[in-house]
Amino acid sequence: MSWDALLSTAFLISLVASGIRLAMPVLLAVLGEIFSERSGVLNLGLEGIMAMGAFGGFAGAFASGDAWLGLLAGLAAGAAMGLVMALFSVTLKTNQVVTGISLVILGTGLSAFMYRELFGVSSRPPRVEGLPDLNLPVLGQIPVVGPILFQHSVVVYLAVALVVLSWAALFRTTWGLKVRAVGEAPSAADTSGINVAQIRYVCVIVGSALAGLGGAVLSVAQMGLFVENMVAGRGWIAIGLVIFARWRPSLALAGALLFGVADALQFRLQALGFAAVPYEFLLMLPYLLTILVLVGSSQRQAGPAALGEPYVK
Amino acid sequence: MRVAFAGAGWQRNLVNNVVIPLAAVLLSLVVGAFLIMLVQVNPLDAYGALAKGALGTVRAVTQVALRSVPLLLIGLGLLLAFRCKVWNIGAEGQFFMGALAATWVGLSFGSWPAWVVLPAMLVAAGLAGAAWGAIPGLLKARRGTSEIVTSLLLNYVAILFVSYLVRLPMKDPQYYLPQSAPLGDAATLFLIPGTRLHAGLLIALVCVPLVYLVLWKTPFGYRLRVVGANPTAARYAGIDVAAHVVAAMVLSGGLAGVAGMIEVAGVHHRLMTGISPGFGYTGIVVALLGRLHPIGVLLAAYFFSSLTIGADSMQRVVGLPVALTDIIQALVVLFVLASDYVTQRKRD
Repeated sequence: MSWDALLSTAFLISLVASGIRLAMPVLLAVLGEIFSERSGVLNLGLEGIMAMGAFGGFAGAFASGDAWLGLLAGLAAGAAMGLVMALFSVTLKTNQVVTGISLVILGTGLSAFMYRELFGVSSRPPRVEGLPDLNLPVLGQIPVVGPILFQHSVVVYLAVALVVLSWAALFRTTWGLKVRAVGEAPSAADTSGINVAQIRYVCVIVGSALAGLGGAVLSVAQMGLFVENMVAGRGWIAIGLVIFARWRPSLALAGALLFGVADALQFRLQALGFAAVPYEFLLMLPYLLTILVLVGSSQRQAGPAALGEPYVK
Repeated sequence: MRVAFAGAGWQRNLVNNVVIPLAAVLLSLVVGAFLIMLVQVNPLDAYGALAKGALGTVRAVTQVALRSVPLLLIGLGLLLAFRCKVWNIGAEGQFFMGALAATWVGLSFGSWPAWVVLPAMLVAAGLAGAAWGAIPGLLKARRGTSEIVTSLLLNYVAILFVSYLVRLPMKDPQYYLPQSAPLGDAATLFLIPGTRLHAGLLIALVCVPLVYLVLWKTPFGYRLRVVGANPTAARYAGIDVAAHVVAAMVLSGGLAGVAGMIEVAGVHHRLMTGISPGFGYTGIVVALLGRLHPIGVLLAAYFFSSLTIGADSMQRVVGLPVALTDIIQALVVLFVLASDYVTQRKRD
């Protein structure tokens, strides 16, 4: 394999196209975490919530035979985990870091436990039918742009629509203003009549539902199966990318794409038998990139002022 | 500072340090029992198999003691970090870097006498773990980067690095599996011939009073705790907060590294990626259930070690997945958090 092959147009097009696809689970998790953190709750449980979403999505799609119902089940599994997070961090006012870490352990363990109980261990794991790639008429035929942007499954367009929707909800509605007020100055928000606990509950549950959906996209729409530890750090990467995104949905898209392309590059190079670098180092790429991005962006941004603090009247 | 429970000091301590952890463990086992019933297994059979697997034979007790060594060392390190409110969740990676350094020293200088090689391995492992922990510590101190995310992501990097090494440069050519060559006799820990008990047990036990002394009987330990309790106050008192954050990461990383050395030198006698079933993550739960106290961590390490060893035989006997222990671990922490809320309310 030569360097020429790496720089060919075909390679770059397929790299960016699959980068977009691989970015989607992380994008959904980042969006979810933005809701949660904007309301002042640091939800570190994403990794476990995504695992539950991946399992719930797979089990739902397997039982119903419908990928869409699977995605919905993943969303619900995420929301259920979010309810636990909200119950502890908002009502019981527990330490958010510790609560989040225990949710990671809970979600990873529970999804593995239930999968083993329901599907057993087999060398040929059960699969579900994912969602087909669309090939949009006219747009899909445009050279270069077509294969990059207009030949994806519906999930990609749905996730991008959710970026716009999240932006609108947070920055163009009264509710969004309340969310940001609660995240910046909960006691002032409380004094002006905003129900801090209610806002935080909604944000944490909606946020976790989005992360659960992200997990389900991974298992149902992209892999068509469930594997233990398949989330593989994407939840943590999403938490890092929230800081890079400065708690903004638009920049979340940029961050997730960065991750997606790094992930795609790693896959493609492995597939091409790129022998100059051992595959373990390629696999490190997304993690190292996230750390670099985090280091680069962490100094200037402080985030919501009340982030991580339980609100005590 | 907030008081967790109203009443005399000893009563408060009793509730916080004994009643709450025990209640949390008990409640988690009860919830676990419901989960077991849900999958149509008799919870008494399951827990019976678990208890027998952890306590039933001399071999089981030995296994539990051995398995608690890495949990104890990692838990002690994390207790230091958490007391300073430094959230090191990268012990898994620090453990692997320690194991790697120890194996490298053990294989390179295996012809030297044991009294030279073993201490050298220990020091190398401690330094490697400390260095790996120092990265998120320095990033936090210098640039304010969240140590939570960076320390966790570095776990993946460390494990991938080790799996590369044992697949290619360090691979034992005599075997098909990706693992390093075996350590020589001089580079392995032993204690009582004929049993699997090794000197790592003593090293870990010595660290229990040591951590206590450092944290409560030295000015450095005092400063660590002040930084954890109130960083702003610490800064006004002239304490170099950033330096203590790095120190907390270095110490906890170092102890995790030492745990890595003990596992390769005492149990596996070679490096491979299967040396940790998630010690670094269970260590977090150990530190928290142990209420960030060395004695508590000792008991919690023993408890979770019993749970994991017992779960292996529970899986064999009644066919329940070992992932059940992860669920119980998470529930224990959640119940501890919830009980804190209950006892705090009692005061109001």
